[in-house]
Amino acid sequence: MSVPAFADLLERLVFTPGRNAKLALLRRWFDTQPDPERGLGLAALTDELVFTAAKPALVKGLVAARTDPVLLALSHDYVGDLAETVALIWPQREGVNAPPPDLSEVVETLEVTPKAELPELIAGWLDTLDASGRYALIKLLTGELRVGASARLTRLALAEWAGKPVEEIEEVWHGVAPPYLPLFRWLEGKAERPDPRDAPVFRPLMLAHPLEDADVAKLEPSEWRAEWKWDGIRVQLTAGPGGRRIWSRGGEDVSGAFPEVVEAMDFHAVLDGELLVIREDGQVAPFADLQQRLNRKAVTPRMQKDHPVGVRLYDLLFDGGEDLRPLPLDGRRRRLEEWMERVRPARMDLSAPIAFASFTQLAEIRAGARAASIEGLMLKRADSPYVAGRVKGLWWKWKRDPLSIDAVVMYAQRGHGKRSSFYSDYTFGLWRPDGNGGEELVPVGKAYSGYTDQELVWLDRWIRNHTVSRFGPVREVEKSLVLEVIFDAAQLSNRHKSGVALRFPRILRIRKDKPAGEADRLENLMNLVEKGTAEAAD
Amino acid sequence: MPPHPETWLRVTPEGLHCLPGGFTVDPVRPVERAVITHGHADHARPGHASVLATPETLAIMRARMGEGRAGASQQPLLPGEEVAHNGVRIRLAPAGHVLGSAQVCLEWQGSRAVVSGDYKRSRDPTCAPFEPVPCDVFVTEATFGLPIFRHPPADGEIARLLRSVELFPERTHVVGCYALGKCQRVIALLREAGWDRPIHLHGALMGLCRLYEELGVPLGDLRPATVAEKAALRGAVVLAPPSAVADRWARRLAEPVVAIASGWMRVRQRARLRGVELPLVISDHADWAELNATIDEVGAPEVWVTHGRDDALIHAMARRGIRGRALHLIGLGDDEEEDAAPEPAAAEGAEA
Repeated sequence: MSVPAFADLLERLVFTPGRNAKLALLRRWFDTQPDPERGLGLAALTDELVFTAAKPALVKGLVAARTDPVLLALSHDYVGDLAETVALIWPQREGVNAPPPDLSEVVETLEVTPKAELPELIAGWLDTLDASGRYALIKLLTGELRVGASARLTRLALAEWAGKPVEEIEEVWHGVAPPYLPLFRWLEGKAERPDPRDAPVFRPLMLAHPLEDADVAKLEPSEWRAEWKWDGIRVQLTAGPGGRRIWSRGGEDVSGAFPEVVEAMDFHAVLDGELLVIREDGQVAPFADLQQRLNRKAVTPRMQKDHPVGVRLYDLLFDGGEDLRPLPLDGRRRRLEEWMERVRPARMDLSAPIAFASFTQLAEIRAGARAASIEGLMLKRADSPYVAGRVKGLWWKWKRDPLSIDAVVMYAQRGHGKRSSFYSDYTFGLWRPDGNGGEELVPVGKAYSGYTDQELVWLDRWIRNHTVSRFGPVREVEKSLVLEVIFDAAQLSNRHKSGVALRFPRILRIRKDKPAGEADRLENLMNLVEKGTAEAAD
Repeated sequence: MPPHPETWLRVTPEGLHCLPGGFTVDPVRPVERAVITHGHADHARPGHASVLATPETLAIMRARMGEGRAGASQQPLLPGEEVAHNGVRIRLAPAGHVLGSAQVCLEWQGSRAVVSGDYKRSRDPTCAPFEPVPCDVFVTEATFGLPIFRHPPADGEIARLLRSVELFPERTHVVGCYALGKCQRVIALLREAGWDRPIHLHGALMGLCRLYEELGVPLGDLRPATVAEKAALRGAVVLAPPSAVADRWARRLAEPVVAIASGWMRVRQRARLRGVELPLVISDHADWAELNATIDEVGAPEVWVTHGRDDALIHAMARRGIRGRALHLIGLGDDEEEDAAPEPAAAEGAEA
């Protein structure tokens, strides 16, 4: 009964907004499913099990042969999604008494079935399943499974279920393959932890805590090292005889998006650094430029040319097979500099240390940096080993002070999960000339955090009482409420009507005291835009 | 030769009007003489001078509209009995939709038309099952008149709800369901599945549940959800109108799992739009297979479709040699189950 059980899990995961509920659903899956089903399900959820056996056209052909064309067209038009239409309209055949397939049966049979026999095989499976089973199978076979549970969350559920730290699982994760039998044997205490050997695995990252200005005074300058906190994406580079990988912060393999970096990884080491778009003159581009390169399975030469990427390195975890993580930061830094001297990889440079004698001096340096690509400073204890996770007191991120504007609420939308009954997402705008001698509001961003629970209750009531019209789930409100919005940077953008995009906007305060007419103007915001930021292309 | 029903049954602005009988079936505005199929608000409207319906439907109308507005004169007609108006013989046959729901069977000069109202064929412990009546013209709805709509057995959906309650014992399961029919059916199915704990209700559902019990449908221990402590509702099943389950009213519940019991839940996008965590496909309307099987069973050479997906249903009938006609009756399909809007504006303020 495995495909139906998997379909049931999928359906609950897709509709469940809550993280804890998703974890509970996944734990139950690991607990109740036999091997190899649970491992195959895990692989399907984490995108490790991807079929390309069936194209959507094959599925469409199957259903077209079994349904009236007019009814199929009307149904497809109504449902929208082809896989769902097929799952729902598939005519149930009387007298089918074959049991629905197991996931393992699906995997094994697909491997040995000649292409010409695929349609008949898949149709036979669809005959044994109900609508949600058919949907899961079609999505699985066409490689379009989108679950709403990240691979990271799935591994966390595995850790909770087994009572092990998630870092221990992550370290072997990429060294084991579906259906993960050695992994489950280890998690159930029946075997040793699998040894990844030379396989390129992800080593859990060391993370930083935010540092408040008030806490700075407690630090002793000589014990700390400072460097810029660049606004890119954190990556781990792993290369050796077993292969090359670029891992994201959460342990996802993002190698495919950055082939030029993979090509440059002609070494045997594990490194920690920040992936950035770096222009020919060495200038780091704002995050909006990097966004053009994210979430892509393949990249065009054009993209590589327009948004060239490189990695700014700040830590060396492994040199060859030697694990440097127990060394203090200063020791690792020396090794990193020596390694850099020796290997000289293309597209990589070192994150420069910032010398300082006092935190007053460092605060001035921090305040002086206004480049959009800098988020603030990193402070790392000189004697800290490289430890997985967010260990307090070893690494701090000291972000620069946010920028702020007073903006007028224009639209509101309900949130998700616990906030589904609250209007918690607000689109806000600033004034500009309307071209007819008057003033108009232009939306500049959207914020859904920063307020307290009490403020949310107040805002929700205000939205409901001041709605002027509705567009589906969106409410347009009276233009009379001012919010103080803070954000990390303002960047030019031709994707926004206002021509500007905000980085991490959140609500600092409700300005009940301020009339809407006295809110900021668009030109005030434009003055905060970083010099030299390029427009993000579409 | 008997007269064709189209000569004596006409679509007027009020609804489907029987010319010789001088009455209208489910009129959308006040008329002199109305015959009502069932108590849903889009079929049973206030202000008619005289109303003929089953005793249960009349009781439901009185409860919902108040004595004065539910027809100045009420004429109960039991299923199986017959009355005549100006030579038109009227009989009511169970429709299986909600308690008291009936098809209106009309005979004039040897010609018979059956106006089925809303109906379903799957089992419902709270009302009498649909009874097919052979006729010359069958008048049907087509709310779920697309082949993608096939409602799974309702007891299986209830089992899914109970499995979820077992998996999340700390949370409150709140099921959105229409006040008349769906609510009582869900309760009865829960009882059949062995759920004998109290079921908590939104205030808007209580009245009709009490009426069902008075009319002989036992529903077990029902309690108002409004007065219960948040902690007391952990692990509980709460029923509320669909408009309330994802809105302010639901904030009183402990980490609610939002479910909606409706035939529309079969389509993912519908469920997602409404913020549903547990879609339950339970419908009081016939699905595609039931619509077609019923049409074949009554054997009418001609079928009129009042509302819904008449295009698909008429196409499917034509392939079997049955003449279909779309009536495009306005005002039907406004009940909760048939409402496609993700956020019914009218119920917004309902905190009761």
